Amino acid sequence: MTVYILCFVLFLVGLYGLITRRNLIKIAISLSIMEFSIFLMLVLIGYIDNGLMPIVDPGLSAQVYVDPLPQAMVLTAIVIGLATTAMLMAIAIRLYRKYKTFDIREMKNLRG
Amino acid sequence: MELTISIILGFMIIGAIYALHAKDLLSAVMAMGIVGYGLVICFLLLKAPDLAIVQIVVETITLVIMVAVVLDSTREELAITLDRRAILQMIAGFIVFAGLFYFFILAIEHLDPLGAHTLRMSETYVNGAVELTGSVNLVTGVLFDFRAYDTLGEAVILYTAALGVLTLLRIKGKK
Repeated sequence: MTVYILCFVLFLVGLYGLITRRNLIKIAISLSIMEFSIFLMLVLIGYIDNGLMPIVDPGLSAQVYVDPLPQAMVLTAIVIGLATTAMLMAIAIRLYRKYKTFDIREMKNLRG
Repeated sequence: MELTISIILGFMIIGAIYALHAKDLLSAVMAMGIVGYGLVICFLLLKAPDLAIVQIVVETITLVIMVAVVLDSTREELAITLDRRAILQMIAGFIVFAGLFYFFILAIEHLDPLGAHTLRMSETYVNGAVELTGSVNLVTGVLFDFRAYDTLGEAVILYTAALGVLTLLRIKGKK
């Protein structure tokens, strides 16, 4: 149970950064941290004690394997996370070239 | 097992907190690397080698992109001013955190403890998957056979994101 709680603490650290930081780069980092904690949570749920890696050895008879379904889902989510981060960084660098700052509050004031 | 992962998670939390408070953006990006590569070790301990491989590649690419962005703009973090609005935001944030944490504690009561997971839906994916898909790697079997449309959607998302990044970086902004 402690692992689940620590995982959630990591999520809360990301959420804290997301609502208190004003720097666009820091906001992107917070989003990534939240993503990572969710991935770890899903993989933790699928773990089985003394289970083998989900790779079948045809020579061996029936074995206990770790649940492959959460792993497949998380694999998809990791790649999508990369796509969103790359998109976010492209937007950040565009905004920096226009406003010469990463501060989101200042951007709101400079609008127009 | 639980203790090892707890220790690594503790390091990841410290790295995350440092990343959010660093004065230099470059060191903030590097501290985010602690979280990402700590996750790789956790995946290896949790018997998920495919995830570890993907995560190490993705984390490196993310780090390279972020370092490129930081070096292309500014390294300095904004000065943090504690005005009334910031304090109000913090108080509201901590109330929300307390609520979220309470409901999380209520929710994990219904989860199996770590390591006592029972296969329900994925039993079909495990038993006889080698004969059905012809792949000894069960994760690959799920990704490219049972749920191939998910992978197609993922590829479409990746393609769209690449197009979006190209579009954003190519056009010159209005003065």
